[in-house]
Amino acid sequence: MKKIAYKNLDLLYKEIAGAQELYLPVKVAKATNFKKYEDGVEVDIKSLQTVKSAKDLFFPQSEDMMEFKTSGKNIEIIDARKTPAPFVLFGVRGCDLKSFEILDRVFLAEPVDTMYKAKREAVTVVTLACNNPESSCFCKVFGVDASNPKGDVQATIVGDEMFFEPLTEKGRALLDSLKCLEDGDATAVEGEKKAIAEKIDALPFVNLDLSEFKGENLMKLFDRPEWEDLSKACLGCGTCTFVCPTCQCFDIRDFQTNAGVKRFRCWDSCMYSEFTKMAAENPRKNQMQRYRQRFMHKLCYFPSNNDGEYGCVGCGRCVKKCPQSLNIVKVIKKLGGKNND
Amino acid sequence: MQRIETAMIEKAKALLSSGEVTRVLGWKKGELGYDVEPCVFKSEESLKDFCYNVFCGANLSKYLVEESKKEGKILVFLKPCDSYSFNQLIKEHRINKENVYTVGVECQGKVDPYKLKENGIEMVDSAVETVDTVTVKGKEFKKEEIILGKCLTCTKKPLSYDDIISFNEKREPVLDRFETVKKLEAMTADERYAFWKDQLSNCIRCNACRNVCPACTCTKCVFDNDNSGIASKANSDSFEEKLFHIIRAFHVAGRCTDCGECSRVCPQHIPLHLLNRKFISDIDRLYGEYQAGEDTDSKGPLTNYTTGDVDPSDVFGGNN
Repeated sequence: MKKIAYKNLDLLYKEIAGAQELYLPVKVAKATNFKKYEDGVEVDIKSLQTVKSAKDLFFPQSEDMMEFKTSGKNIEIIDARKTPAPFVLFGVRGCDLKSFEILDRVFLAEPVDTMYKAKREAVTVVTLACNNPESSCFCKVFGVDASNPKGDVQATIVGDEMFFEPLTEKGRALLDSLKCLEDGDATAVEGEKKAIAEKIDALPFVNLDLSEFKGENLMKLFDRPEWEDLSKACLGCGTCTFVCPTCQCFDIRDFQTNAGVKRFRCWDSCMYSEFTKMAAENPRKNQMQRYRQRFMHKLCYFPSNNDGEYGCVGCGRCVKKCPQSLNIVKVIKKLGGKNND
Repeated sequence: MQRIETAMIEKAKALLSSGEVTRVLGWKKGELGYDVEPCVFKSEESLKDFCYNVFCGANLSKYLVEESKKEGKILVFLKPCDSYSFNQLIKEHRINKENVYTVGVECQGKVDPYKLKENGIEMVDSAVETVDTVTVKGKEFKKEEIILGKCLTCTKKPLSYDDIISFNEKREPVLDRFETVKKLEAMTADERYAFWKDQLSNCIRCNACRNVCPACTCTKCVFDNDNSGIASKANSDSFEEKLFHIIRAFHVAGRCTDCGECSRVCPQHIPLHLLNRKFISDIDRLYGEYQAGEDTDSKGPLTNYTTGDVDPSDVFGGNN
């Protein structure tokens, strides 16, 4: 166990950033997101949640794949994938850390996504326990312990100090390399973890019942008439999908520049009308069908194909960010099982 | 506020039971107090979940574009700001007025859940409202501390209603709505660029601003249409999101009623309404004060050419 005084965190950031790139919650204008640490940035480590999740670091919103350059009748294909240098991702909450496991199941399964894999291998993750979970948090439902968020190193703020516990070789190597840290005592951390666990147990959504969401109920769930009312106010925007740590769909597009064509991939959203457009037609014609798809994917299709692992980590971003206050909790309460009443 | 809610529910029940309307467009209670959602109620029984309180910030007008095409009349409750959007949509022939029964409802400003959170208040069981204060969990807030940005400058009155529910309790605006626009205008071009660069660099192109906007009612937005050649799901370069928002502001100029929904829904808290307000302020200076949505039939300043129209350079100087 290592520690540093909270007021000296800047020294820690500087030391890490001196050796490798450091990404952590940074406030720009009125919003906090994971950004690169540089001189003068406003680090917002205490903010419970970034707007965009930490998946951005492995699966960014848009990413170049290749370029095509033409001269005369020749076409040159340039690989635009970059080999990432080792980097530290600092201040990841337990829910976002859990989302990496879910994304790994998608991107690291055959055929392996090389762009994602390269970044996953380059990272050392320092997580941060949630001293003040919010009413919109329900990570416990999905097996996350926000007082023990895991990762390579897990950090806990206790009073005016931050403690660091290495959990992997990578994590131990990082902590050993940092001169600004001093040895810490585990007792204080244990007390804080207990206090966090108690706060989590008192949250309103920790006992959501998911028992109905299983493969054999697929058609029954699909045909439930409640989808109509649940999706009624949906605007068809992509907010829920873009702030979601587990949404993983992307589109591949070409962008014509003066010098040739750039091929990039970018996040796509099943809430968008063109998402399922195919040569013949678009099989999802209305917003109810799109809305149903999003939640059936997370709560029914994904677990059916992934050993019961749900495609949600209970971070509550959709609860906070949906413009019209629709969210996965309302779906679970309506369709998840008897104990939600 | 409680007695307004009661009066609204009574009104809705009466109109449903008489058969005058078949549906009611209003707001439904959520799980955490602040997560109120727009809802179409189809029966008197379903109105048990109806609510009208300080968290009903959402503008219901745009839902009528689809709802008014359906068979049977729908009752809609319109806050003052929503009624301007409603009028503008009538003017643009987007709503079938014959299928809508409008009830104007009093509003003294709606609470921004983010501002409550900043003040340490999270879940809300109930909020007690007076004209100038809101009390949540035993803590009394002045309205200006916790209401939505759009409500701080509101001077709107309920317009165009078949009926009205109001106890004539009015709140005066706290701020001049052009104050920030004036500050931005006073900046140098570089300072202004830096301001918008910071703000818009957070944009995630979720399109919430566009989809909630009552002035954005194209059946298919060019940015969603693959055949348009400019469809874009993400920014191809770092400047693109700026262009997206500027283009959108141009597209709604002269039609934007300043309902403030774009800024309310932005997940990154980008003050998008400032772009619209800049246009509103320019239109006011060029053509005289104009409020979109104030009536249902006049021509707007940008869709009406008169020989007396000024040359913008006469007002703003040669380089504008």
